[in-house]
Amino acid sequence: MIRRLAIFAAVVAALWALDALLSGTLVPGMMISPYVLQVITLAGINVILAVSLNLINGFTGQFSIGHAGFMAIGAYTSAFFSVNFGSSLERVFRILPEGPRRGAVLLLVLAAGAVAAAIAGFLVGVPSLRLRGDYLAIVTLGFGEIIRVFILNIDAVGGARGLGGIPKYSNFGWVYFFAIASVVVVSRIVNSSFGRTLLAVREDEIAAEAMGVHTTRAKVISFVISSAMAGIAGGLFAHYLMYIHTNSFTFLKSIEIIIMIVLGGMGSITGSVVGAVLYIVLTEGLRAFEQYRMVTFSFLLILIMIFRPQGLMGHRELFGRKRREARQPSTPSIEA
Amino acid sequence: MELLDLRRVTMRFGGLTAVKDLDLTIPPMALYGLIGPNGAGKTTIFNMITGVYRPTSGEIRFDGRPIQGMKPWRITDYGIARTFQNIRLFADLSVLDNVKVAFASRQRATILSAVVRGPVHASEEERIEREAYDLLRIFRLDGFALEQARNLPYGSQRRLEIARAMATRPKLLCLDEPAAGMNPHEAQDLMALIRWIRDEFRMAIFLVEHNMKVVMGVCETVHVVDYGSTICLGTPAEVQKDPRTIEAYLGGA
Repeated sequence: MIRRLAIFAAVVAALWALDALLSGTLVPGMMISPYVLQVITLAGINVILAVSLNLINGFTGQFSIGHAGFMAIGAYTSAFFSVNFGSSLERVFRILPEGPRRGAVLLLVLAAGAVAAAIAGFLVGVPSLRLRGDYLAIVTLGFGEIIRVFILNIDAVGGARGLGGIPKYSNFGWVYFFAIASVVVVSRIVNSSFGRTLLAVREDEIAAEAMGVHTTRAKVISFVISSAMAGIAGGLFAHYLMYIHTNSFTFLKSIEIIIMIVLGGMGSITGSVVGAVLYIVLTEGLRAFEQYRMVTFSFLLILIMIFRPQGLMGHRELFGRKRREARQPSTPSIEA
Repeated sequence: MELLDLRRVTMRFGGLTAVKDLDLTIPPMALYGLIGPNGAGKTTIFNMITGVYRPTSGEIRFDGRPIQGMKPWRITDYGIARTFQNIRLFADLSVLDNVKVAFASRQRATILSAVVRGPVHASEEERIEREAYDLLRIFRLDGFALEQARNLPYGSQRRLEIARAMATRPKLLCLDEPAAGMNPHEAQDLMALIRWIRDEFRMAIFLVEHNMKVVMGVCETVHVVDYGSTICLGTPAEVQKDPRTIEAYLGGA
């Protein structure tokens, strides 16, 4: 327990120091360009999106193609709260110094966004996941667009003008805190008893059901967790850029996240992280080629699909496997 | 009391009556075989018992509880486990994980405790791992524990499917054509295994099988169906002498 707290504290301290270093408050004059910092931070948000989408697409085998919709719900819900109640919430935490105070408010509004996205995930998931097959893909495809148009017509969150004036609660440190947390949470879920039922559903739903797995429940829980995490990513996104517009959450954004996990390997957490980072590096790196950018990008994707259809990592992970294989059965043998 | 009790069970698919007013009872510890020519309704009966189909009419009771039309996972929970005719393993998972999945319905640790790695999760994982290894050892699969299930030889895949079904701690094990695709030697092993499971775990086994040698060699009771109805029920010796069975298999003289 103490060891875990120490690790947690070390991670938080490291992130805080790194954040201060990168933004130039630690050593005045020594800072990276705001452009690079923003790219790195957005990469962190993409990691959260990719890892969470992989939980439902890669590990549970249910294809969701509306992840941006849940991101939008999280972004708009949390932004709505902080725009309207941000200053009163900050007053509640006035005994805290500025940094932790803003952090506390961020955590609250992120929680609101996550809950909203989870509820949406539940409502979408229950009818479509009761069935076997690709219904989730069809429903999430529609849902992603519906939620976008829906938000576009709500005046309380700016409608077509977008929602501005969002306080900048989120930063590099917070984004990477949640990126690390999402990797830890998803890998622990996958490597648990519940995670095995998800893998079983992916491998063979009929057999899973025959083994006593409540398949609908497993799928819905997986989808709700995945949606909630997308909501958190959306909240971080909103409080980082301080302005959101429905154009950031189009069908194309959902496809982007799918590309990340396909690129990295469906069913590999390492793959999702690699895919998310690689996607950012490629899209930003190819900016110099302007009009050839998307062409080059598509070409690379085609090459990967031809030579490595399972993605860069396939089902493999970089960490954690070895320990598992080294483990010996510890019981006396019972001979048949 | 009977373990499994089908009373006047009928299954219609549109205009086709696949099973008609069928009675079938399996006592505890029975080795019960179901045979019949192609299209006789064997698989339909199997699927009604395991919850894949809901019978059009009639009643299925297991351990005194009505189970007709229940979801397969709930029926497994009650104590009926099954294997599949065309092996359905979790091909990409390890042999060990295949068995571990079957412990799912009896797990107590919540997802939250898995995320924070609480004590319940740890002790339960340890227990599941130990019991899974025990089962693999019994079925002589422990050497392949970390191998992907798809890489196992055919006979071992069959054994793994039975091991996985046993992990749900069933009172009744339903085997859907377990000898399909086996050579005579493997079929011999299978017969010994089936008998051994029954004696060791003191449970009933329900067998749907095409291979006459296996059915006659292992079952104590043989139930012959044709056109969805019972035509004969008795010991293997009785069934083999029954004129109606011979007619169903060889055609009218």
